[in-house]
Amino acid sequence: MRLQFILSEIGIGLRRNLSMTISVILVTFVSLTFVGVAGLLQTQIGKMKDDWYNKVEVSVFLCPSNSSQPTCASGVVTDDQKADILAALDAPDVAQFIQQPIYFESQAEAFAAFQKQYAGQFWASVATVDDMNASFRIKLTDPTKYQVVADVLTGRQGVEEVQDQRRLFDRLFLVLDRATLLAGGLAGVMLLAAVLLITTTIRLSAMSRRRETGIMRLVGASTLFIQLPFMLEGAIAATIGAGLAIGALWLGVKYLVTDWLGSSVSWIPYIGTSDVWVVAPLLLVIAILLATLSSVVTLSRYTKV
Amino acid sequence: MIRFENVTKVYARGARPALDRVDLDVERGEFVFLVGASGSGKSTFLRLVLREERASAGRVFVAGKELGTLSSWKVPALRRRIGAVFQDFRLLPNKSVFENVAFALQVIGKPRHHILTTVPDVLDMVGLAGKEKRRPHELSGGEQQRVAIARAFVNRPDILLADEPTGNLDPTTSLGIMRLLDRINRTGTTVLMATHDDEIVDQMRKRVIELNAGALVRDQSRGVYGSDR
Repeated sequence: MRLQFILSEIGIGLRRNLSMTISVILVTFVSLTFVGVAGLLQTQIGKMKDDWYNKVEVSVFLCPSNSSQPTCASGVVTDDQKADILAALDAPDVAQFIQQPIYFESQAEAFAAFQKQYAGQFWASVATVDDMNASFRIKLTDPTKYQVVADVLTGRQGVEEVQDQRRLFDRLFLVLDRATLLAGGLAGVMLLAAVLLITTTIRLSAMSRRRETGIMRLVGASTLFIQLPFMLEGAIAATIGAGLAIGALWLGVKYLVTDWLGSSVSWIPYIGTSDVWVVAPLLLVIAILLATLSSVVTLSRYTKV
Repeated sequence: MIRFENVTKVYARGARPALDRVDLDVERGEFVFLVGASGSGKSTFLRLVLREERASAGRVFVAGKELGTLSSWKVPALRRRIGAVFQDFRLLPNKSVFENVAFALQVIGKPRHHILTTVPDVLDMVGLAGKEKRRPHELSGGEQQRVAIARAFVNRPDILLADEPTGNLDPTTSLGIMRLLDRINRTGTTVLMATHDDEIVDQMRKRVIELNAGALVRDQSRGVYGSDR
């Protein structure tokens, strides 16, 4: 009887304020979609870092014949200088961050790789072996310790430049981080709108049923019993909004990321629809928290015992 | 059943008290008229009994509970032992007679079979058998008040409060309502009725309590409306 009665009360309330209910659903839908996008962007960044940071190397480019760097004043790097560099990398405070073996790429190997990469292009035809840098390729056990290696080698005779491949990604990550911030900011604004809208909806609903709630109080219905239909009204609308947001994210990831981006730019490790299911519970929790908070605040004022 | 000990109620700071040091005792099963001009404190008295308001000073006891110290989550339990009827009936216009009475039981969580057996009984008692499916606007004023009384009495309360229940009704209809309240009183329910209706008070010859500007000025068993008569 109780459950049935509460359910019918909720049904009446939702139908009576149908346009308000729909607007609550839409606002939570949009705001939670932004929250989800922010979450998925961060997941994407995490995935790329995991994947790429394990592959990236620190490249120590050695002096070619015609470099203008002061450390290359003596011309092409000598065997003594190379030995000196390797010895520096062998020092215990540096060696602990380095994965052995250190790979050496000669000028000839670099030239071959260059020709392969730019085959058929103008660059490949004019470059010579002497234009290439020989280099040491160092893998770090901890990619964040790049600076330690760089400090030891930079300025050393025979070293033209020390380059961290991670830096190449930094700009991309910066773009994604900014996008996350933007999505998060929009989500914040929309969530605020959602809270205000839910508050207003519940207030309207409570006012339009003042006669009922007045009688309920009079005959001794408990506060929870009086307030529950209103709370559930907000919660149901917000949960539907969250459901729509999850659906939209799923479709977005499936068709935009997996099918479209995944087939056109395939070297990036993309998030998949399974990541949407990781974000989904968070969205539901936010939706329910949102509705509960706003209804508790509103109802304590409008349906006092 | 109801005891007021030196009760004062002040709504706004500095204003004249709505009730001024009222001492009163109503026993179980009594029928009491509460009379006095508008603004004399009758409604405040009833609101204090329902604990819609708290006394500013003094103590109010209802059904053995001291309302000043009663925590708010226990208020619903108190109100289940009190029925209330008003001048404006306060029925739900979109519910039938049966649904209006059943509503009072539904919202305190009574089981369906209990509602299905109790509601027809009480409708029969107030003389509305056969009109269960009518809407309030299809009923006369007297019939609407009977629905309200049925709703107030359906849970068999210890106390029935009536705030000018005949205020909107003609004398003949009022008399019918009074007979009904008298019947309810004879089942052991304490009835406390605020009224302006001198004819009814004079006719019933019950205990009369008169308030004037918040002060209790008369407490007379088998009394009449005006003290000068």
